[in-house]
Amino acid sequence: MAIPVEKLKWMYETMVKIRIYEETMVSVYAEGKTPVFNIGAGPVPGEMHLAAGQEPVAAGVCAHLRPDDTVTAPHRPHHHAIAKGVDLRRMTAEIFGKETGLGKGKGGHMHLFDPAVKFSCGGIIAAGVPHAVGAALAAKMQGKDAVAVAFIGEGAANAGAFHEALNLAALWKLPVVVVIEDNRYGISVPKEASTAVASNADRGSAYGIPAVFVKDNDVLATYEAAGEAVARARRGEGPSLVEIETYRYLGHFQGDPEVYRDKGEVPALRDRDPILRLRQHLLQQGLVSEADLADLEARARAAVEDAYQFARESAYPRPEAALEDLFEPAPADVQLAQ
Amino acid sequence: MSIGTKRMLTGNKAMAEAIRQEMERDPNVFVMGEDVGVYGGIFGSTEGLFERFGPERVRDTPISETGFIGAAIGAAAEGMRPVVELMFVDFFGVCMDQIYNHMAKIHYMSGGSVKLPMVLMTAVGGGYNDAAQHSQTLYATFAHVPGLKVVAPSTPYDLKGMMISAIRDDNPVLFMFHKALQGLGWMDPLDAAIGPVPEEPYTVPLDKAKVVREGSDVTIVGIQMMTHAALAAAERLATDGVEAEVIDLRSLAPLDKTTILESVRKTHRLLVVDEDYLSYGMTAEVAAVVAEEALYDLDAPIRRLAVPDVPIPYSRPLEQFVLPNAGKVYEAAKQLVAR
Repeated sequence: MAIPVEKLKWMYETMVKIRIYEETMVSVYAEGKTPVFNIGAGPVPGEMHLAAGQEPVAAGVCAHLRPDDTVTAPHRPHHHAIAKGVDLRRMTAEIFGKETGLGKGKGGHMHLFDPAVKFSCGGIIAAGVPHAVGAALAAKMQGKDAVAVAFIGEGAANAGAFHEALNLAALWKLPVVVVIEDNRYGISVPKEASTAVASNADRGSAYGIPAVFVKDNDVLATYEAAGEAVARARRGEGPSLVEIETYRYLGHFQGDPEVYRDKGEVPALRDRDPILRLRQHLLQQGLVSEADLADLEARARAAVEDAYQFARESAYPRPEAALEDLFEPAPADVQLAQ
Repeated sequence: MSIGTKRMLTGNKAMAEAIRQEMERDPNVFVMGEDVGVYGGIFGSTEGLFERFGPERVRDTPISETGFIGAAIGAAAEGMRPVVELMFVDFFGVCMDQIYNHMAKIHYMSGGSVKLPMVLMTAVGGGYNDAAQHSQTLYATFAHVPGLKVVAPSTPYDLKGMMISAIRDDNPVLFMFHKALQGLGWMDPLDAAIGPVPEEPYTVPLDKAKVVREGSDVTIVGIQMMTHAALAAAERLATDGVEAEVIDLRSLAPLDKTTILESVRKTHRLLVVDEDYLSYGMTAEVAAVVAEEALYDLDAPIRRLAVPDVPIPYSRPLEQFVLPNAGKVYEAAKQLVAR
């Protein structure tokens, strides 16, 4: 499949943007947390799960999605959010806990919601898969050709919600694609110590749906596999499962001592960095020039810098705003009744 | 409306009529759950809907509560208005993450940008020897988490009006209906399970308790079956010259503190009756509200009557021993007014 040059450039720029975003977050998150690490200190408090290295999953899948397609993501959501087109300023402000954030500072980094591009994420493993199935059900009932994509980690494929949701999606032939990011570890436990099958794609047959395993953190292969799955869903032919081998350069969360993996593992992975590989591919194929790539990189960096600046300059919410946004007001006819 | 024109419905038919009328009014309303289709709901809550609307909008699900309650959340976020059934509230354990962490919190965590206009209806209550895993009410378990409206109507009239309000509300509503008040042919026939219900759609607010009997000597607060127990007790108290005021709470969250406080300020005595467990429950919440805001209006300590912190037992004498009833309410109220 020949991938349109515009798509390739979009994926490159998106991956670069994600990488710069996450690497910037590494240093911003560390502010106020040295010499003694205190998770509640600094401009970005709380847990922080970063996705540097996992860019191909988000870019290769979201390249096929429209703003009216739904994405649900897990606790490590920045790459999916960026690739889905979530407002980067308001997302960053949310992570800083500012009133300009997507959730006015009530959600934080694991709970980002941008209904404008139908993006949500959450901190409970596998819980977003049923939500994606529901979004797909809504699209089908409303007669739309929108699809829903649930991103989960390979550890989540052992949770009940994943299996219940896949059964429902297959039973009702819903336009859902479940994308499993296999980054090898569920926090510290390697896949082979938690999962009875080598590839979660083997589990597709349990629900009678197509399933593929994409090797080696390859954005082009991911693009191709996801393209088939999304197109199938959009044609009304039902759900698919795509597992993508990817790599997590950083710890499960920032501050993770990473005692569970060899010190040489990440440097070896970085030698085969997926962004560099895409860069080389684009240049070798003569699809873009160095100057083109420099432009894309500059634009990505500018977007990230702008978002962080916006977040830093935004105000914190009034403390008593904690009491707001619990409920929508009741419709007038309900309030008026006896 | 004159007596002669009053149409009488059972609780289940009142609920099903509410859902039918809302489905006719709004194409985004649909029903999903175990056995809600041809069967019409194990407790009759969806009777006749499948025949009227078919399998797309009255959707039987697998036994898969996390899956379909989660799917209802996802569909509600996309503008649908699902009415989803958790067959017995006791089954909450297999799907509590979706209820507690997602249905209840997404609106808040999103800063109000994501609405979840959905109803989760569920059957509660015991008294028919179904034992510890099929007889709970668990009112307080759900009223405890912020972000859910939790209602528990006790008459066919309120079942219909509150169901319509719940479907039209833009927030997630946990709609608890009591099995004994559904008027099902295979349970004890109760007068309270049938009542007048207007044919046309109407709404009843989700945040207002109702004074169902006025009195001057003691306030008895109840909900669902305990409202009916309190009313029966109040009739007997009246023959002793004691006038009890009975409040049907109707909604657990939000709690209508005003109605409770107004009544206590009038009667100066409070008895709270609950079919849920005693500790950390609704009775404790109501008692705390009165202690905080009307302590000096009380002429006697507050009394509570609830399931005495054991699971609901199976055997008839055991179950009847732990469940509050009209006789127990009468005795407790008599003791309270004597103080």
